[in-house]
Amino acid sequence: MADVTFTVDGKQLTAPKGTLLIEACRQAGIEIPAFCYYPGLSLQGACRMCVVRVEKMPKLQTACTTPVAEGMVVTTESPEIGQARKATIELLLGNHPLDCPVCDAGGECELQDMTFKYGAHQSQFVEIKNHREEQQWSPVVYFDRPRCILCYRCVRVCGEGMDVWALGIQNRGSGAVIAPNKQDHLECEECGMCIDICPVGALTSGTYRYKTRPWEMSHVSTVCTHCADGCKTTLGVRRSDDGMEIVRGDNRDKSGFNNDFLCIKGRYAFDFANREERVTQPMLRQPNGEFKPATWEEALDFAAGKLREIRDSRGGKSIGVIGSTRITNEEAYLLQKFARSILGTNNIDHHRTADYPAFLAALKAKGQKEASIRDFADAKAILVLGNDPTEQHPLLAWQIRNNVRNNQARLHAANHQDIKLRRQATSFLPIQQENYGALVAFLAGNEKALKGNAEAAGFRDALRKEESIVIAFGSEYRGKDIEALIAFGAGFKNVKFACLGDYANSRGASDMGLLPDLLPGYVPVTSAGSFAQEYGAALPAEPGLDMIQMFDAAGRGDLAALYVASSDPVKLYGVDPAALKNTFVIVQDMFLTETAKLADVILPAANLYEKAGTATNTYGDLQLVKKAADKAGVRADFDLIVRLAGHMGHDIKTLVPFGKGLLADFGQSRGTQSGEADRHAVWLTAHQLELKASPFDPFAIFDEIQRLVPAYEVPRLNLMAGNDEHLKSDLVQIQTGAARRDLVLPSNDTLFTSGTLGEYSQMLHSVMESRKQKPGRNSRGLMIRKA
Amino acid sequence: MAYLTTHPDVVPVISFRFGKGAADIDRYLELDGYKDVQKCFQMEPDAIINEVKASGLRGRGGAGFPTGLKWSFVPKESAKPKYILVNGDESEPGTCKDRLIFEHDPHSVIEGVLIAGLAVGARMGFIYLRGEYRFLIEIMEKAVADAYQRGFLGKGIFGTKHDFEIVVQTGAGAYEVGEESALMESLEGKRGVPRIRPPFPAVAGLYGGPTVINNAETLATVPHIFRIGAKEYAALGTERNGGTRLYCLSGHLEKPGVYELPMGYNLRKMIYEVGGGIPNGKKLKAVVPGGSSTPVLLPEEIDIGMDFDQVAKAGSMLGSGGVVVLDETVCMVEFALRTIKFYQHESCGWCIPCREGTDWLKKSLTRLHMGGAVDKDIDQIKYLAENMLGRTFCPLGDAAAMPTVGFVQKFRKEFEDHLNGKGCPYHPAPDYELATV
Amino acid sequence: MPAEKTTIFSPELAARFDRLVTLYPVKRSALVPMLLYAQDEIGYISDAVIAEVAERIGITELDVRNVVSYYSLMRTKPVGKYHVQVCTNIACMLRGGNELLHHCSKRLGIGHKQTTPDGLFSLEEVECIGSCSWAPAVQVNYDYHENLTLETMDKVLDEYRAKASK
Repeated sequence: MADVTFTVDGKQLTAPKGTLLIEACRQAGIEIPAFCYYPGLSLQGACRMCVVRVEKMPKLQTACTTPVAEGMVVTTESPEIGQARKATIELLLGNHPLDCPVCDAGGECELQDMTFKYGAHQSQFVEIKNHREEQQWSPVVYFDRPRCILCYRCVRVCGEGMDVWALGIQNRGSGAVIAPNKQDHLECEECGMCIDICPVGALTSGTYRYKTRPWEMSHVSTVCTHCADGCKTTLGVRRSDDGMEIVRGDNRDKSGFNNDFLCIKGRYAFDFANREERVTQPMLRQPNGEFKPATWEEALDFAAGKLREIRDSRGGKSIGVIGSTRITNEEAYLLQKFARSILGTNNIDHHRTADYPAFLAALKAKGQKEASIRDFADAKAILVLGNDPTEQHPLLAWQIRNNVRNNQARLHAANHQDIKLRRQATSFLPIQQENYGALVAFLAGNEKALKGNAEAAGFRDALRKEESIVIAFGSEYRGKDIEALIAFGAGFKNVKFACLGDYANSRGASDMGLLPDLLPGYVPVTSAGSFAQEYGAALPAEPGLDMIQMFDAAGRGDLAALYVASSDPVKLYGVDPAALKNTFVIVQDMFLTETAKLADVILPAANLYEKAGTATNTYGDLQLVKKAADKAGVRADFDLIVRLAGHMGHDIKTLVPFGKGLLADFGQSRGTQSGEADRHAVWLTAHQLELKASPFDPFAIFDEIQRLVPAYEVPRLNLMAGNDEHLKSDLVQIQTGAARRDLVLPSNDTLFTSGTLGEYSQMLHSVMESRKQKPGRNSRGLMIRKA
Repeated sequence: MAYLTTHPDVVPVISFRFGKGAADIDRYLELDGYKDVQKCFQMEPDAIINEVKASGLRGRGGAGFPTGLKWSFVPKESAKPKYILVNGDESEPGTCKDRLIFEHDPHSVIEGVLIAGLAVGARMGFIYLRGEYRFLIEIMEKAVADAYQRGFLGKGIFGTKHDFEIVVQTGAGAYEVGEESALMESLEGKRGVPRIRPPFPAVAGLYGGPTVINNAETLATVPHIFRIGAKEYAALGTERNGGTRLYCLSGHLEKPGVYELPMGYNLRKMIYEVGGGIPNGKKLKAVVPGGSSTPVLLPEEIDIGMDFDQVAKAGSMLGSGGVVVLDETVCMVEFALRTIKFYQHESCGWCIPCREGTDWLKKSLTRLHMGGAVDKDIDQIKYLAENMLGRTFCPLGDAAAMPTVGFVQKFRKEFEDHLNGKGCPYHPAPDYELATV
Repeated sequence: MPAEKTTIFSPELAARFDRLVTLYPVKRSALVPMLLYAQDEIGYISDAVIAEVAERIGITELDVRNVVSYYSLMRTKPVGKYHVQVCTNIACMLRGGNELLHHCSKRLGIGHKQTTPDGLFSLEEVECIGSCSWAPAVQVNYDYHENLTLETMDKVLDEYRAKASK
């Protein structure tokens, strides 16, 4: 829309016609206070805090409901306005308990801030405040009625933002109250958006309430360890008996593409890290079969010695390595480098949750056609094939919902299930689970491909009207089906694609070469030239054993050693424990997993919140991982790999090229144990200095990744500053992907499960338990609101 | 059955058919019913609107907005259907006039809706009555059914190509729903909370369509304008205040009742002659001229004509025509408290100043009336009310604040007489408590 | 709603509701009348009423509860067979509304929003019922009784009691 010019506090401003005054002012740096106004949610005009004086209007006007107009003259601060705001706060404080010293929101409370600013510090009322007891609505959500100022943010974010509609307003007048959908409790997605958006301490969370004061925490902005959407989460950590413990997760600073969105896992399921059951000492299996704690020296010497012995006696082909979908890119890269250049084996794999090689191979030579998660926020049209984003990609679902609601984007979806996003869909096509491939054939013009589906033609017609579209597809698509889908999609004038995998660094594990046939960047092991040169070693040229083949080999007695980093393949693939009885097994993990129980050596490992590095979400968005928490006795996978290599007698400088480049400021630690120090990294990078003074420096490896994997050659400074960088997927070196063996095993996680981590999250367990106690609800317990 | 009370000064325009059995459709037809709408079929929409403008008719709900002007705001072309909405949610304390229209002359409401529909190009109307008026809903529903049966509603009404549907809707007890946008919310099956404006109903109202919403008396007056002529109607009243209206006289009067009197009728005369004066030889203490939300007038302020402009000039409002008369025995603190108790009960709770303000006013006034207040509490009450004025989302906050400011200003001494433990010297809170089981 | 669907309402009311939702451009417009008519038949808005109304309109029970709790005529607990609603708002107050309320309370032995043990009467102090010119006034269920005195109030109550024993 055309711009209009108007005056605010004597300053001449310009904004597009129709912009709300409050937004126009905020963009110009003029803060207008508001409780009920929240960007992206419907307007309320209820709190009356944003009142301003607009010339020629008889009354004060609310800036949140007034669109700017040509020639408008506005005053945002004056004695009259200050008095109006003060009076409103006085009224709020009339019934608001002044339990700020114990309130969770104390120190972070918008009501406190406004009281401070407008000075409503005198209590004029002597009557008793209205009181009601606090209520627990779910394992996650607690509600303290007297603290509520009825701004309705929670109601709106739950309904409009989450499309859950679990909160309502009941009664009227001073008896009005926020109410949960099941009278005395909530049945919802437990996302906690309502809690974070609450300007006061009325809604509090089961994990954080009454635990600490905001100023006692350090706040570290890192990447969520759960699903593959890669939300930024700011972890509140404080000192504990054995390190730094996480007490809170949120994204109130709105950093990252998820803005203030997080799902239950991102917000509350960090609690696995604080579990008592964590392994915090290396353990060695004794002849009697029991584990016995050992020192790091003993354990590493033993493990490294056995590995070296097996390599030297039986060859690298007798060793298998299994990586993780939740370690950093640097760790994944380092693991494959360790396997290939030190153990001399291509027997390396990970739990594959999407067929990225086939996807990237199909995209190759099509230009930059991979969609960032950001693309879903403003795409004009979106096609979702398979998957259930609400359950498996909550951020993607959030982006799509908001885009449909606020920008009238069109969503087209086809699915074998009645997915919740159907409510936002312009067109929805129910299909049989086995027909995802046939659907693409049909869309591409094969009339016979979807025989018997009467709605298919209409769906195709709706799609044909689109010129620009972003296509996301689930793990229903693999190999040749992906190839066909990309070929079909190329018919749109503008198109981008996203391949949906399951875990925080599923994409990175694949990109970094945790595959028996592909090196980092999908370079075939048969043409390892540049890698061999860089590694200074001869790399095995034959493709190695994949996950299934490794266990088959173990069962045959052909796998002498297995090294597993932060993964539980025994449980995932239902491996018969007997298969590993003749294999020397080293497991590094947080818990005594099914796989760890079969190990000969267990090394206690850190999780993603306890280390630094980078991670890649399923959309190819690369982000910095920062160390937030700390646990005495555990080490990052990165450290463990380096130490094993060292104990094997390998020159670790060839594994981690540290100590190269210009040296500067040794005063800073920059190992994987570094946290806030990454600010320093920004400074260093900005001055073209590269400090790689430690063999545990992930950025020494990140340098190498950037040298060898062109897709990862993204601006470093922006990344270091905490922003996401989209990969250059068109630079992937893969030749062919579609003909590989299909080993994709979808995790089928829901909102309340998260693989191994989920099993160790008390919060996720509590939520699922609370649902089981109430029979007659569907497994997800989700409220489906009818149109 | 309640009737209009008679007095020689009554000018029966809107009450022309009252007491004549006009709820029966045949009787209504005998009394020249449904003739005016047929006149309007021969007129251009603009001509209808101009006629209403010329009559000087102003909204009878309280705000007194010129009706013809309101209609003219409805856009000619609209992608969404347009609607006519009758606000029969009569809830302002002191007001009991619309119920007589629904009871005695329901078809005049239908006819008014049809004329408004022709004027703005609407095809559907809703008659929203407050839920307490169940007996009137039954009368109104029968009238609508009869009109359908005679072909005055439905497809091709009166043998023309026009279609028109009317639905009678019940409220369920909420003063706030009398506010026009809250009424639309209620009619859409939601909590009766007002909407953000703009857009105004004339542009985007019910179901998002352009909507004319008028008070029941306003719309029921429209056919009579065409019956007697706009100029003639206007001439009955005063300048810019055309015609007559129904005044509801209540409180301490010999002859309380609803009277149809010309706009601008003298208030003193209304009290002492029409209403028969104060009973038992008591003296007049105060008058609430237009329903409980209008600031109180003192005995020396009642020599005014009862039209929108003159009452406004006297510092109050003509409002909904509810004249409440208070004799010298009334405790003004108790009266103020009862007024606020109502608004506290009816506040929808949407915005802070009204939700919290009415609650604290009620608490403070209760304490004051019982004698638990000190001097600064009076100023605090005034401060509260003044800080609600003009700050709330909808006029309910003003409706609570305006009379409160008036009571404190005009009867400050009575407030002071309650202070410091003295309690109420006028009309002490009754010493009874309600029984309990 | 399929015809064979069970309903907690009488066939007449169910049929009325079937028609009611067709009258409006938007089904939800039927919500307020539907709830009130359901209350008339069942006596109050029970959980079962909320469930069926939500189903009929196609909204959540929470949506229904939000609306029910807003309107003062809607109640979620049973009241007496004769629900005596005494107006004490300004016009009635000036003409003895409070005394009337007290009198009813004494006569019936119950207070505001209470029900007699025999379930015959319940009492409620209500806001303006639109009888200002005929004050003081009382509404029993939907019936108006106006220009009351303590004596005529007694007569009204006696009549209802007699009606009940017939």
